[in-house]
Amino acid sequence: MIRLSELDLAIAASLVVALALFSRRVYPDLARQLVVAGLRTAIQLTLIGLVLKTLFENASLLWVALLSLVMLAVAGREVVARQHRRFAGVSGYAIGVLSMFISSFSIALFALVVVVGNRPWYQPQYAIPLLGMLLGNTMNGIALALDRLTQSAWEQREVIEARLVLGHSASEALSGIRQQVYRTGLIPIINAMAAAGVVSLPGMMTGQILAGAEPVEAVKYQIMIMFLITGGAGFGTLAAVHLGVKRLFDERQRLRLDRLKR
Amino acid sequence: MFDVSDLTRPGQPAVSFRLSEGELACLSGPSGSGKTQLLRALVDLDPSEGSVKLLGVRRESLPPQQWRRRVAFLPAESRWWAATVAEHFAVVHAEQLRRLGFDEDVGGWRVERLSSGEKQRLALLRLLANRPEVLLLDEPTANLDAENIERVEELVTDYVSTQRASCLWVSHDKRQITRLCERCLEMADAGLRETA
Repeated sequence: MIRLSELDLAIAASLVVALALFSRRVYPDLARQLVVAGLRTAIQLTLIGLVLKTLFENASLLWVALLSLVMLAVAGREVVARQHRRFAGVSGYAIGVLSMFISSFSIALFALVVVVGNRPWYQPQYAIPLLGMLLGNTMNGIALALDRLTQSAWEQREVIEARLVLGHSASEALSGIRQQVYRTGLIPIINAMAAAGVVSLPGMMTGQILAGAEPVEAVKYQIMIMFLITGGAGFGTLAAVHLGVKRLFDERQRLRLDRLKR
Repeated sequence: MFDVSDLTRPGQPAVSFRLSEGELACLSGPSGSGKTQLLRALVDLDPSEGSVKLLGVRRESLPPQQWRRRVAFLPAESRWWAATVAEHFAVVHAEQLRRLGFDEDVGGWRVERLSSGEKQRLALLRLLANRPEVLLLDEPTANLDAENIERVEELVTDYVSTQRASCLWVSHDKRQITRLCERCLEMADAGLRETA
């Protein structure tokens, strides 16, 4: 594989800087966000590179588990940060973390033990990238779905209550919204599967090919990852919506928007 | 029949009253005095403390859906979620429709084409389709012309007397109050006050 020098990276970075300069006039806030996000990418990825290097040199279950939990905690924070009207208190954080834990962790474990079958199963070269891809996509689905759920419940509170008053159950009163919420959570991954290989060459397979892997082998990995991601994002979204709906209503099936922030 | 004692909500004085079978009472008070909030608490849309009983049965011992079908609340403004009128009705009662000036084909009407007065009358019919035992009506005739006000008043008073139901009717109109009710409850700073 051709090694990239720091200069190569700087040239690529100049694109982001140029974009920030151009957008500064129209939307100064966006320019600032671009630069901050670009810096975060560079710093975070450099650090994780070093972490992975150390981890690969001493592969122990403890360190793999520790890094996984850190990734989960950050993903949970990210889900909360993307909510316009989030659940107040611990529950806002817990709903996201719990749903990601249930889906991403169990699917990563399933993939490592049953599908890939490497030894030991927690071998960090497989475990961490796999979990990372699962978590990232699950996080997206959950964040989109929860945002849509709380936003719709807020906007349509009068319709929901009109149905409750007529003796509908909480889940009947929310049925239309729930469909939209699932759709919102799952559409990105459905689109990604539909466009894979025709419109877009997915990142993981591209990376393997650049690193010199056989295209046919790389494609097999990509197909597996796509399916795992779909499972992870899908089941994660189902769990998050289930928990979110439960939190929106209390034991007397009252709509409790006071549990949302803002 | 409908028995409310020491109903308390955050920041509000305790409220007690009872309605007997076949009774229609008015609820009045300046706007912002919490009439709607009181009705919402009675139908268990907002959390509240205290005892609310229907025929001796506490609301906590009934599932909330059942409670809200038996103790029916008509909000001042109706909301519609499906495309046609009929989709909002549990059952369509042709005679009740006719009494409020609708034909049976109203079921196929599209919701977005309803006028505010039609919505208000249909919302009442939609509520009565559940055959409730207690009616909590929040200004049910606010958007109606004189003819329709009369129709709604007649329908509700008939329903209350034939079904032996109870009704609490929120109104600002002094003449309507004297026309409909022998008893009037008034929201005051210290809670609920009875006026004849």
